[in-house]
Amino acid sequence: MIPLAAAATSIHVAVWQVAASLALVALAAAISFWQKADLERDIAVATGRSIVQLTLVGYAIKLIFEADTIWLVLALLAVMVLFGAITARHRAAKVPDSFRPLLIALALAGATTLGLVVALGIFEPTPRYLVPVGGMVIGNAMTASAVALNRLGDEMGDARPRIEATLALGATAREAAAPTVRRSLRSGMIALVDSTKTTGLIFFPGTMVGMLLAGASPTDAVRLQLILLYTLLGSVSISALTATLLAYRNFFTPAAQLRDPELEGSA
Amino acid sequence: MRRVGGGMIPRVLFELREVGLDRGGKTVLDALSAGIPEGATAIVGPSGAGKSTLLRLLNRLTDPDRGEIHYRGRPLRSYEPLALRREVGLVPQLPALLDGTVESNLRYAAGLAGEPLELEATLARAGLGPSFAERDVAKLSVGEQQRAMLARALAQRPRVLLLDEPTSALDHAARDTIEAALAELEISTVLVSHDPEQARRLSDWVLQLDRGRLVGCGPRAEVLA
Repeated sequence: MIPLAAAATSIHVAVWQVAASLALVALAAAISFWQKADLERDIAVATGRSIVQLTLVGYAIKLIFEADTIWLVLALLAVMVLFGAITARHRAAKVPDSFRPLLIALALAGATTLGLVVALGIFEPTPRYLVPVGGMVIGNAMTASAVALNRLGDEMGDARPRIEATLALGATAREAAAPTVRRSLRSGMIALVDSTKTTGLIFFPGTMVGMLLAGASPTDAVRLQLILLYTLLGSVSISALTATLLAYRNFFTPAAQLRDPELEGSA
Repeated sequence: MRRVGGGMIPRVLFELREVGLDRGGKTVLDALSAGIPEGATAIVGPSGAGKSTLLRLLNRLTDPDRGEIHYRGRPLRSYEPLALRREVGLVPQLPALLDGTVESNLRYAAGLAGEPLELEATLARAGLGPSFAERDVAKLSVGEQQRAMLARALAQRPRVLLLDEPTSALDHAARDTIEAALAELEISTVLVSHDPEQARRLSDWVLQLDRGRLVGCGPRAEVLA
C-alpha cells in the first residue's frame, strides 16, 4: 500500500497563505488589463468559483472521510459521473443523444479502473483513496470521451459521402463508420498518451508535486504518480472506447441509413 | 441498344406507388407513381428535381415518407437492407473510395458481397487497365476515381446498378470512357442525368422529373422526343 495518509498529514496550510497567493491572481489580472486581453472579469469569476467550489468539495470530502462509509463514496462518485456526462455532452453537441453513451462510458471507466486498483491491492477500498483517485479517473474519462465524441461529430459530418458510399455496398453501419470511430477513439486517448510520454521531462504531474510539497519522499511521490498515470490510461481508453462505440450508432437508423440526410443540391 | 432479360416485354424492376418525401418542410418528391423496367433507364430533369433522392430510395439509403416502392414484385422494405444494397448497387455522384489501393477497394466490396473477385476483368468492365490495381486511390484523377467506383460496384456482381450523375465532375474524354463502359454492361441500370443527350445515349426507358413531380415516363423515344 502507498503510505499516502502519513505524508498528507505532515503539512498544514494556513488561510493567510492562500490569501497571499492571490497576489499572483492580481498579477494575471494586471497583465490582462495592460495587454487589453479582456480577461479580468473571467479571472475574477474563475478565482471566486475556485474558492467556493473547492471549499465546498473540501467540506464534502471531510464529511465523507469522517463518516468512513463506502456508500457515501459511491454516492459522490455517482454524482461525479452524472455531472461529468452532463458537462461532456456540451462538447459533443453534433452527436445525437450523446448523454447516454457518455454516462455509460464514465460509469464503466470509473467502476472498472477503481475496481481493478482495489482488486490488485494497490489501494485500500477506503474513502481516503477512492475519493481523490475516483475524482481523477472520472475527470480524465470525461475529458477523453468529450474529445472523442467531439471529433466523432465532426468526422461523421465530413466523412458522410464516404460512409454512405460504403453503406451503398451493403456494409453494416459499424463497418461503414469504422475508420471514423477509430480516428475519434485516437483523439480521445492521444492527449494523455502524449503527456505520459513527456511526464517528468516537460512537466511535473500534480500528484507528484502535491506529495513532494506535503513532505513525502521523492520515491513514494514518483511511485504513486506512476500508478495514477497508468490508472488514468486505463480509464481514458475505456471511456473513449465505450463512448465512441455507443455513440456512432446514434447516427444510423436500424436499416443502416445515415440519419437526417442532407439532400444534395443536384437532387 | 442492349436488352436485358431477353423477352419481348421487359419485366418491371421497380414500381413506385404514390411515393412522397419531405425535407426541411419542403416536398422533395410528390406522389410519384411509375414503373422502371429491366434494362437501361434514365431519370432526367433539371437541378433540384429530386432525381438523386429518388435514386437513393431504390436501394434504401433513404426511405420515403409516403407511398411504397416494390422491387421485383415485393415491397422494398421486405428485403434485408444490406443484402438489397449488394444486389442493387449505387455509384454516387462524387467518388468516395476507402483509403488504400484500387484493388483493396474492389476486394472489400467483393468480400462484402461474398463474391470471388476477378480483378482484371472487373477493372476492364469499368474501363481501367490492369495497372490500376496497385494504384493508391488518393493519387488518381477524379475521372479515374469515378471509374474505380464503378469497378468497385461491379465487383459485387449486382443485378442492378444505380448511377448518380456518374460523369458530372468529368471532362469529355473521361465522360466518354465511362459511357463506353456503361454501354457494355449487361445488367439493368438506372442512371440519373441532367443531360438529355446522355440519357438518349444510355437508356431505353426514361423518367422525367420536375420539382419533385413526374412529368414523363415511358420509352426514350416518346419522353425525349
